Amino acid sequence: MNLSLEPRTDAPRWFAGAMTLAALAFALLVSGLIIWLVGGDPVRSFTHILVAAFGSVGVISDTLVKATPLILTGLACALAFRMRLWNIGAEGQFLLGAWGASAVLLAPILPAGTPAIVVIPVMMVAGALAGGLWGFIPGILRARLGVNEIIVTLMLNYVALAWVQYWVFGPWSNGGFQETVAFPPEAWLPRLTDFSASFPILGGLTTHLGLIFGVVAATIMWVALKRTRWGYELRLIGDSPAAARYAGIDIKRKIVVVFVISGALAGLGGMSEVGGVVHKLQDHISPGYGFTAIIIAYLARFGPFRVIVASILFGALILAGREIQPSGVPAMIQGIVLFSLIGSDVLVRYRVRFVRRLVTA
Amino acid sequence: MDLATILAAGVATGTVLLFAAIGEIFAERSGVLNLGVEGMMLIGAVAGFSIALSTGNPWLGLVVAMLAGGLLSLIHGVMTIHLRADQVVSGLALTFLGTGLARVLGQGLSSAGQVATLPNLTIPVLTGIPFLGPVFFTDQSVLAYVGYLLVPVAWLWIVRTRPGLHLRAVGEAPAAADAQGIGVYRTRYAYVFVGGLLAGLAGAALTIAISPGWFGDQTVNGRGWIAIGLVIFARWSPIRAAFGALLFGAIFRFIIDIQGLVLIWGFANPFSAGRSTTFFLEMLPYLMVILVVIVGSREAARKRLGAPAALGRPYVRGDRGA
Amino acid sequence: MSLSLDGSSMTASAAPPALEVRGIIKGFPGIVANDEVDFDLHTGEIHALLGENGAGKSTLMNILAGLYTPDAGEIRLDGRPVLFRSPRDAIEAGLGMVHQHFTLVPSLTVTENVLLGLDRPRFWLDTRRFETEIRDLAATFGLRIDPRAKVWQLSVGEQQRVEILKLLYRGARILILDEPTAVLAPREIDDLVVTLRSMATGGRSVVFISHKLGEVMAIADRITVMRRGKVTAAGIAPADTSETDLARRMVGRDVLELVERTARPPGAAVLEVRQVTADNDRGLAALRGVSLDVRAGEIVGIAAVAGNGQGELAQVITGLRACRGSITVGGEEIANRAAGHAIRHGVAHIPEDRTGVGSSPNLSVADNLIMKRYRDAPLARGWFLDGTAARTLAQGLKDEYAIATPSIDTEARFLSGGNLQRMIFAREIDSGPRLMVAVQPTRGLDVGAIEAVHRVLLARRAAGTAILLISEELDEILNLADRVLVMFEGRVVGSFDAETADLQEIGLLMTGGGSEAGAPAARG
Repeated sequence: MNLSLEPRTDAPRWFAGAMTLAALAFALLVSGLIIWLVGGDPVRSFTHILVAAFGSVGVISDTLVKATPLILTGLACALAFRMRLWNIGAEGQFLLGAWGASAVLLAPILPAGTPAIVVIPVMMVAGALAGGLWGFIPGILRARLGVNEIIVTLMLNYVALAWVQYWVFGPWSNGGFQETVAFPPEAWLPRLTDFSASFPILGGLTTHLGLIFGVVAATIMWVALKRTRWGYELRLIGDSPAAARYAGIDIKRKIVVVFVISGALAGLGGMSEVGGVVHKLQDHISPGYGFTAIIIAYLARFGPFRVIVASILFGALILAGREIQPSGVPAMIQGIVLFSLIGSDVLVRYRVRFVRRLVTA
Repeated sequence: MDLATILAAGVATGTVLLFAAIGEIFAERSGVLNLGVEGMMLIGAVAGFSIALSTGNPWLGLVVAMLAGGLLSLIHGVMTIHLRADQVVSGLALTFLGTGLARVLGQGLSSAGQVATLPNLTIPVLTGIPFLGPVFFTDQSVLAYVGYLLVPVAWLWIVRTRPGLHLRAVGEAPAAADAQGIGVYRTRYAYVFVGGLLAGLAGAALTIAISPGWFGDQTVNGRGWIAIGLVIFARWSPIRAAFGALLFGAIFRFIIDIQGLVLIWGFANPFSAGRSTTFFLEMLPYLMVILVVIVGSREAARKRLGAPAALGRPYVRGDRGA
Repeated sequence: MSLSLDGSSMTASAAPPALEVRGIIKGFPGIVANDEVDFDLHTGEIHALLGENGAGKSTLMNILAGLYTPDAGEIRLDGRPVLFRSPRDAIEAGLGMVHQHFTLVPSLTVTENVLLGLDRPRFWLDTRRFETEIRDLAATFGLRIDPRAKVWQLSVGEQQRVEILKLLYRGARILILDEPTAVLAPREIDDLVVTLRSMATGGRSVVFISHKLGEVMAIADRITVMRRGKVTAAGIAPADTSETDLARRMVGRDVLELVERTARPPGAAVLEVRQVTADNDRGLAALRGVSLDVRAGEIVGIAAVAGNGQGELAQVITGLRACRGSITVGGEEIANRAAGHAIRHGVAHIPEDRTGVGSSPNLSVADNLIMKRYRDAPLARGWFLDGTAARTLAQGLKDEYAIATPSIDTEARFLSGGNLQRMIFAREIDSGPRLMVAVQPTRGLDVGAIEAVHRVLLARRAAGTAILLISEELDEILNLADRVLVMFEGRVVGSFDAETADLQEIGLLMTGGGSEAGAPAARG
């Protein structure tokens, strides 16, 4: 028997989407099997995830809080991946963004008592700049010297973590603890619960302004990709760099720009996390958002709005997953999901046939 | 803190990197980039540790660790060789899967206590050689000696044997190799599997020999990625990989040792233990990898001695009938 | 049309032929590539298999070499029926093939390539022993080759020798060469013929696939012609036929008519290249002080054997490669600027690699058609791209140039070679070029598509565009060009008026021979 893959020419538009859903279902099945094998109860685990993530307005709000950093880092990855730039460094760019935003208050760049209307935009800019700088390094190395961006972005993740650790253990340490002092309320991103005085129904809901950042960023990205010359160039480079060069596009410059924007998006994610959720800087602000973002970008097939949907799914998994035992299950599910997606991709691109080896006499 | 001590410790730590790097060299030489080294090492680390713990036999742990790494690598093999999936993405997925699985399997192992480890050996005569003796042949793990053997064996295998010739042909020009009747898929599966075996070995080398213990997914802590960087630095040669592994092993040790000093050249040590500045030291190996990859890619470009030509590309036989 | 099949095929009939093919049928989706094909090969002969692209020659030979399995029919070696399931089976039976695209591993040495895939050596590679063996074998057949050289360092001709050596080392008695002269310089062709002769006299048999009438008449002992999967002439001797006759059997009509070229006085110089030097991808000198002019309404052809700098010349002019020296288009310096700069100054480019460079395979035909226009109005509106305007433009070009595609939303990779080239021409002409650089514009196309390309080029010439035509088909250059420049090792070594050009002289210069008399006074 031989496995033969023939390119598909006639796949309808819905086919890719259907295969993605099938891949998700398959991944859940395999994950359930593994949970069962290690002595867990898959049905209860999955029901638990559903209830814990979507069971009430309160937990839905919590799910959206978890989804917010995923949306921004997911967009960061999706943008870079579109150009086949493997930015595996969203995690580090996220951390640097959080650090940059914190520096506004802790360095301090703005004096204490500056109103929120000034503090928050400055924090956004600082976070995006710091993240963008962290994206600029692999970008310029790749564009100028042809250095493999995967290794560089990965290594920079470790460097970013050590950098943040230096500040939270050292200069910004709050009395020797591994965290900074809490930010003043002016630096907190507005949350739904902040409006509970006028709308009591919002009481206790922690969804914050960062979600709006994510939605706005996704919208801008969608327009840029679909409707602008810049997006056309990006598609061209992503499909065939040689053809893009032939068409007169400055690819090197584009690599740097895309890497900086990608880093800035992830950095904004870090800013939104410290400003909207943690309200201080500590070294464990990310349970691997930047890595999950890779899977989200893939699950979304690099589509900005689909990134939002995928982020909510994974936000739910992370939120509910905290209580699932064994604790590695969510990470494992992520790996299985990614493999199922890769497998489904093959089915989208090719018609798979099993051919018996032909023997003619 | 003297050079011989640091280098001797570098050999020990470097052994882990060496196994993983040589495994990756084999896989990449066949044309398959496997970015799942970190995941395979974690699986090897947890498998080796838990088997050694439950049976009391570290050798059994070693074998199971290698098989575990090998099995995991085959997922990558199927995805990239038969299904033509993107090697980058599949490798990343393998790291996710390996990390998650290792965490699931490693549940509760971090507080398991003492594990039976592989023995350390001192080679009678060689230990007396000035400088080299203390560095290479005194109280090193048995796996370090395996490493000394593996380097020349891997090198000879690649450049001086028939299977090695076929390996190079498959990685450089799979269509040409196929035309000469060499099974491209078979060869690639074989060396991806070898890569997995060696990554599993590297993981077990950590947990049951060189720094015994299971520390969750912090156990490997990026060493898999460093090994991949080493492959580029080594320009796909096992011998250069050995030097790189020793260098990085020594850096890891140096970072720890320098923290113990009170004075450096008469000045107060800015990196003494407990200071937050030690985090800058922790950046060192990762920054070194970046530096190494920059230098490596420049040289590779200049000398055209870079990656195997077919690295990263799936092989599809031409429009062959029937 | 009648043909007497007496000829020499009857003379050597005492022993069974070395190879006998009877009633081979092989179909691919949509076509019958071989339809009841018979073929005989005698021991010690050079047998040419003649036919156009797509006539079924390569299919037949791939069946013989074990790459394809026939749907029906029989193959007999020395009278015994055989069945090959893989190239390995074929070579073990003593039948080997040199493909057009060599199956060599560039990073390995000649010796390593020869040994590749063999059962010996069992484990250790004792290269020195095998080097001696291979050097001796090569000497026997007059193949000049260094067994220690890495294949990537060798010229195309030398690489072909390695392929032949591989087969001889495996004990091949029957050698099939698929268009072996297509990649060779005239002098290398002579060397090849000598080798083939010495193999034939040594008792081996050679099948020689070609679509060039002249060389077939000169080299072959017997000729078989195929057209559309059928044999139209079986084993005739060159003495019993003529080039006209062969051509008729090959194309089924009197040879493709030449496209009319009207005399036309050229205008002012559009492209001026002065003392340009550049390196190739390996960092070796590819252009060593090239100077040339192309005037408006003039086609200048570059004649050169592959790898003598013509590819790099096209790249420096179109802004895809760095260089030293001066290149101006309409007086504007364009050397060492980005490709976008050349495009803005009216340089159109038909690249050699249609699928990798000239088009973006997974983007739609529409997206491919706007590649050179999306920066300008009406497509561009500030930062935005007007989708409606883009579609209107693309639809217009698709209709005007008759690009056969279901719709402009179809991805470019689904276009046939001829249609892809139409699409590229449509886009490049639409950009309103002053200069057009066309590299191998007809390679791999069928006769109809080739004629279409030639018409388009001449129409551009009539419209006053300056055209630099780089082609390895010397006939194409002589038919289309007003002037022919010969390049050798990165220099322009000869310049001819196409009307009076001497083919012999050009051939000599292309291979580094001849005087420098024809060279233009470019050094000043």
